[in-house]
Amino acid sequence: MNANIEPTDFVFDAVAEAAVARAIARYPAGKQASAVMALLDIAQRQMERLTGSAWVPRLAMDAVAQRLGIAAARVYEVVTFYTMYNTKPVGKYHLQVCTTTPCWLRGSDEVVSSCKKVAGIEGFGQTSADGLFTMTEVECLGGCVNAPILQINDDYYEDLDAARTEALLNALKSGAPLPPAGSSIGRQASAPVTNQTALLNNTKPVE
Amino acid sequence: MAKVTVDGIEVEIANGSSVLQAAEAAGKEIPRFCYHERLSVAGNCRMCLVEIEKVPKPVASCGQPVADGMVIFTDTENVRKSRRGVMEFLLINHPLDCPICDQGGECDLQDEAVSYGRDTSRYEEGKRAAAQPDWGPLVKTTMTRCIHCTRCIRFSTEIAGVPELGATMRGENMQVGTYVDKALSSELSGNLIDLCPVGALTSKPYAYTARSWELRKTDSVDVLDAVGANIRIDARGAEVLRILPRLNDDVNEEWLGDKSRFSVDGLKRRRLDRPWLRENGKLRAASWEEVFAAVTNKIKASKPERLGAIAGDLVDVESMLALKEMFTSLGSPNLDCRQDGAVFDASQRGFYLFNTTIAGIEEADALVIIGSNPRHEAPVLNARIRKRWLAGHFEAGLIGVPHDLTYPTTHVGSGPDAITALLDGTHPFAEVLKAAKKPMLILGAGALARPDGAAIHAAAWKLAAQFNMLNDDWHGFNVLHHAAARTGALDIGFLPGPGGKPTAQMLAGGADVLWLLGADALDSQAIGADTFVIYQGHHGDAAAARADVILPGAAYTEKDGTYVNTEGRVQQGFIAVKPPGDAREDWRILRAISAYMGHALRYDTLQELRAHLAQTYPAFALTGELRRLAGGSLTAPAGDPAAVSAVPFEPIFDNYYQTDPVSRASPTMAACVEAHYPNLAEAAQ
Repeated sequence: MNANIEPTDFVFDAVAEAAVARAIARYPAGKQASAVMALLDIAQRQMERLTGSAWVPRLAMDAVAQRLGIAAARVYEVVTFYTMYNTKPVGKYHLQVCTTTPCWLRGSDEVVSSCKKVAGIEGFGQTSADGLFTMTEVECLGGCVNAPILQINDDYYEDLDAARTEALLNALKSGAPLPPAGSSIGRQASAPVTNQTALLNNTKPVE
Repeated sequence: MAKVTVDGIEVEIANGSSVLQAAEAAGKEIPRFCYHERLSVAGNCRMCLVEIEKVPKPVASCGQPVADGMVIFTDTENVRKSRRGVMEFLLINHPLDCPICDQGGECDLQDEAVSYGRDTSRYEEGKRAAAQPDWGPLVKTTMTRCIHCTRCIRFSTEIAGVPELGATMRGENMQVGTYVDKALSSELSGNLIDLCPVGALTSKPYAYTARSWELRKTDSVDVLDAVGANIRIDARGAEVLRILPRLNDDVNEEWLGDKSRFSVDGLKRRRLDRPWLRENGKLRAASWEEVFAAVTNKIKASKPERLGAIAGDLVDVESMLALKEMFTSLGSPNLDCRQDGAVFDASQRGFYLFNTTIAGIEEADALVIIGSNPRHEAPVLNARIRKRWLAGHFEAGLIGVPHDLTYPTTHVGSGPDAITALLDGTHPFAEVLKAAKKPMLILGAGALARPDGAAIHAAAWKLAAQFNMLNDDWHGFNVLHHAAARTGALDIGFLPGPGGKPTAQMLAGGADVLWLLGADALDSQAIGADTFVIYQGHHGDAAAARADVILPGAAYTEKDGTYVNTEGRVQQGFIAVKPPGDAREDWRILRAISAYMGHALRYDTLQELRAHLAQTYPAFALTGELRRLAGGSLTAPAGDPAAVSAVPFEPIFDNYYQTDPVSRASPTMAACVEAHYPNLAEAAQ
């Protein structure tokens, strides 16, 4: 974690500039302010690319405000409203554990405790000593069928239990890249776990 | 027009009005926290719920437009029950610390809780806590009391034009604040205190000082700028504790600049509360008898043409008239109210007034500001220009130092030669003026206080004439003064008489006896050592230090006074407290001294003086109201429009907060300078 403090300046780099131009071009002239969320995401991804930590420093918010010609306070409001923008540095792997009712019923507590164990942290909002993991509690991720869900950076890891969560995080800890996203028990998308592809096997098409 | 029925009362109201406005038109009071007439509608407090026929649920009346034939009920059991529910929710996170809250006694939430609150709380969970951010030296925050009405956010974004406040986080964690710790940089930030319906934003200098019911309230007029904002002076005993704006749609709406609001603590510091006399180079306390004798002897001993009088910026018209008539009876023509040294043609009222009027700004569609920073010189008037700009189809140009005026301006040039460029049409902004139907210009008083002031005055008039600003139903030529006394002084002709000397000559040895009536803005070091200086005023500022005799006068809160604002509006302020110690109302001092000298002025009471004033100068017969002057068929002021120089305009104040003896004596204003102008504060030390 090399970005513990507010950077001294923020400018969009070439990659980001291309994305910024695309985002702003999506809106009619005079309505560029609508691109605020896109630009903040671009800024967050630039920070991830350059520092390994996906977050939006205050200077980046100011840069977005200036680019769109809106008051900085309006950007601060947007950034703090949405949990997807990190206003503080996060680890390389941002562990976003869903603890809303369906995930909780399906064992999100186990996922949480596994995250704590592997990362060596005490609770939500903390970052591991090696700067690899930050665990955040999030509200419903909308993947209830495959609960419990752990979102790492942009990807969903589904159908987790304590052991599989630990294995996943330990692999990341040892330097392995992020495995393919999706169900950790190998089921296809949200198809039934028991291979049943329809409600009843003997259903015949209506003639 | 829509016809609606409110509780059985039929009212007719303009289409697009809200149900709340309709209810008010019917005389029904609707409780509200977030709704404010001058701000956009937010509709988030839900306190203004009413029932509307055929609508199944209670409706927030502030955001609901009226429709023809609507039947509205504002006081049914269901409405009362809904409002009680809203109130209970608002109080869930409200700390109920009224006994230690400065808003207590003038709190909307407290008042409404009397009607809609429960006697006990059903809430047993923990309350929300919030940080107490530092918003600078004027506004004290106690954000646990905040009910998230967002009035402050809307005010700073819409009216003040300094969008520093926002609602960060969300839901229960929502916080109103600046996000980045900073002092509010608006000159109108004090109005947030008035707008806040609860005790979240209170006055920092006034904290824990008094309860609203202990205060004696006096209507008055602000003199710290030339807008003449209507104010209410709240005093307890002999002390003025705070100043609040009073509603006047033609002048200040309901806003007040921070300097005018928070300079009150300057009124009890550095005061001249007894007469002083210089003996052997040192000032010593003296009696009125002694100073009268000293002044009389000096004046009797010198020739009338070697007597001079200069009137300051905060003086009431009555005192200036008394001084003028005393000097006239002594035979001296040396009078001047323009202590900044401005020399221009003031022979007609239209030459030095804000003729468009402040309310008239809203009719204009183009504006040129010449040599002025209205945001510092008249923040409330600047807010009116911003209001006009927000309404759309309005363009502003600026000649002078570029400033952030809270609305965009086209920078036409830095010096008066830019006026010539507009006259020639060589600057593209001339096209904007040409296309405008009701263009106006604002000429700063600072632009007149230059060697080429008269030429600038004439050039600006020529600009007005050329671009259709002067016709029978529109007068677009405006002078923006920053001294509250200036317009009144010009109205009564407190100017050099035939053969009389202007300020500069009086200072440069043109007078043996110099009478300074509250004149502090001149270079008192420039006064010759052998000039006998009489200072009559209320603060021991620069000029008092140079004086040979000090006559302690009354500040604007301590006398009944007439003031004329920059529009030419004659307004009267009332006495709120007595002047301290031996100090007296200025016109009384002049009346007494004139009798002592054997030239007694012919009025013994303020009523007589005012009657005489109105008789001599008909403009003073009309108080409070204003008759707009027509711009047509006026001759141009004297001065050669071509004689303007190219020397750039300079700001007349180096800061907004300390510009006069009262605000210079105010610790609150000093704290503001420290917060907003760290370089200046450092230099002062």
